[in-house]
Amino acid sequence: MAKELIRLSDCTMSFDGEVVLDKINLYIRDKEFLTLLGPSGCGKTTTLRIIGGFQTPTAGDVFFDGVRINAVPPHKRAVNTVFQKYALFPHLNVFENIAFGLRIPKTVEERNADGKVTGRRKEKLSEQEIEERVMEMLRVVNLKGFEKRRVNQLSGGQQQRVAIARALVNRPKVLLLDEPLGALDLKLRKDMQSELKRIQQAMGITFIYVTHDQEEALAMSDTVVVMDQGKIQQIGTPEDIYNEPKNAFVADFIGESNILDGIMRADGVVEIFNRRFACLDKGFEKDEPVDVVIRPEDVDIVPEDQGQLKGTVTAVTFKGVHYDTIVDFYGFKWLIQTTDFCPVDSRIGIKIDPDGIHVMKKSQYSGLFGDYSSYSEEYDEISDADYVPEEEEGESHEE
Amino acid sequence: MRNKRSLFALPYVGWMALFVIAPIIMVVVYAFTTASFDPTMANFTGMGAYLTIFLRSFQLALVATVICLLIGYPLAYVMAREGPGFQKIAMVLIMLPMWVNFLLRTYAWMAILENNGILNNFFESIGLFDLINSLFGTNIDHFRMIRTQGAVVLGMVYNYLPFMVLPIYSVIIKLDHSLLEAAQDLGASSAGVFRRVIFPLSLPGILSGVTMVFVPSVSTFAISQLLGGGTHMLLGNLIELQFLGGAYNPHLGSAIALVMMVIVIVCMWIMNRFGEGEEQAVVL
Repeated sequence: MAKELIRLSDCTMSFDGEVVLDKINLYIRDKEFLTLLGPSGCGKTTTLRIIGGFQTPTAGDVFFDGVRINAVPPHKRAVNTVFQKYALFPHLNVFENIAFGLRIPKTVEERNADGKVTGRRKEKLSEQEIEERVMEMLRVVNLKGFEKRRVNQLSGGQQQRVAIARALVNRPKVLLLDEPLGALDLKLRKDMQSELKRIQQAMGITFIYVTHDQEEALAMSDTVVVMDQGKIQQIGTPEDIYNEPKNAFVADFIGESNILDGIMRADGVVEIFNRRFACLDKGFEKDEPVDVVIRPEDVDIVPEDQGQLKGTVTAVTFKGVHYDTIVDFYGFKWLIQTTDFCPVDSRIGIKIDPDGIHVMKKSQYSGLFGDYSSYSEEYDEISDADYVPEEEEGESHEE
Repeated sequence: MRNKRSLFALPYVGWMALFVIAPIIMVVVYAFTTASFDPTMANFTGMGAYLTIFLRSFQLALVATVICLLIGYPLAYVMAREGPGFQKIAMVLIMLPMWVNFLLRTYAWMAILENNGILNNFFESIGLFDLINSLFGTNIDHFRMIRTQGAVVLGMVYNYLPFMVLPIYSVIIKLDHSLLEAAQDLGASSAGVFRRVIFPLSLPGILSGVTMVFVPSVSTFAISQLLGGGTHMLLGNLIELQFLGGAYNPHLGSAIALVMMVIVIVCMWIMNRFGEGEEQAVVL
């Protein structure tokens, strides 16, 4: 892929002694769609603001095209930002909002043959050129005919487009987007996702996108950076992140996951609930305790006697395409997504193919995620005086 | 529902009708009648004699307003951008003089500006006059400060400055910070951000500040009487003279007041045209 454009090297950010970013190392390539994904407070917006120049890292360096830009103010960077709440100028109409950046005279450096700066002059675009470029952007974001509108007369989706046009019209090398779809409703969000992807490809520039919505991240990105607690948890393609999560946090944050304690008995053999399963993972110590991820859609439901594991269905929720089925295996509740309806209290068996099992090293997140006990009607059952949990568990152990 | 609630506004409506609408009607009636209440235009046709007073009033009020704006805007801007600690202190300092009676404040300025007042005594004690006299061969023992137009303008600025600062401050403090970041992001330097975003967005505050300084300045009579010493008569003094002074003629006084009101309204209307689209613009 294309060459490296931005590099964050050991970037640390702390506010009043509280560390928000902890030695982030990250590089971003030209023309890629990179998403910073994580829960609120994970440091993703801070990372974006460092790239945009609104914050200076307390330690570490930011490089743009190989040049250190820590101290370069925002107005001198070749990046533009689409802000979370759009931040459109209320005193200007759509045309003037988009033209804002074009109307500011740019300082052009004149260099001699050695590349030394020999002089600086202010360059101003002609009114005609401004008009052409604004109109072109209006066409790109499908807002032709709106140029004379006031921004407060636009819908959320239209304001969003103006914000994107206002940033893109300056032909930045990188566009930063801070949760740009957060304020839109679901349908519009889906439309804007493909719209953004289309714009990114049409303009051929780098997008750095911040979101807490994993679906958005998977749908649009070339590269996903998963963050939590000021640290990067994993960097990879959407497929990598989903199929090969590095730890329990990533597995839980991206999609649904059953995360189980396992023991790696040999290369390609993992033991869960005292049963051995074939898997594709290698390179662990013999008998190393591990976290095992099993995606809800990778589980096949089979008749009880043919199953590798046997359990009782405790809850079923119809989700349209599939049923979310909660199954109790030896006291641990799994989420299984299946198109087969299994009634509550029925006994079922399951089969898992080797490529449906993903083994991860133990981490600080082990044991925190991946149990679906609270997902089911567990709480109702507990409040029920007749419910005796031991009974169910005893039953399972008889298998 | 709506009708029931509007009952609560009745006391205010009554108050307004009794003490605002009725007096205005009386002023209009007086302005167009003679002493025996026969209709006449004489009150207006003879007004040309007071043209200089009109001009002086508007000129001094304008100067005071501009000075208030020049002092008040930067102050309001700095206040809004500084931390809450500074804001509180600045706010108290601005409000403090307003808790003292208006006349008292103006009398205090008299004591300061008198020929043998505090300021001149201070200059005397540091030997400023001796220095000037020896340098320029003059023979002065005081600066003439009171009973000048400058003193009147000073009084206006001093008394009405808070009315300029507060509306501008409240507009700037409410500006969405992300707008400023967006402007920077789009290439504007600090000066550019101010010129292209902060200033245009603070226009509604400026408009109401200008209104709230200009209108009382143009009609003041206490300030010009106390600090101007009656030598520079303003519209307020002229009108006062018609009602309370020796030139007793409430019909002429009403006519002058009416003309002044119309001019002020026209001024404000023109001002507000400049702020077209700024919804919050305040018409007095």
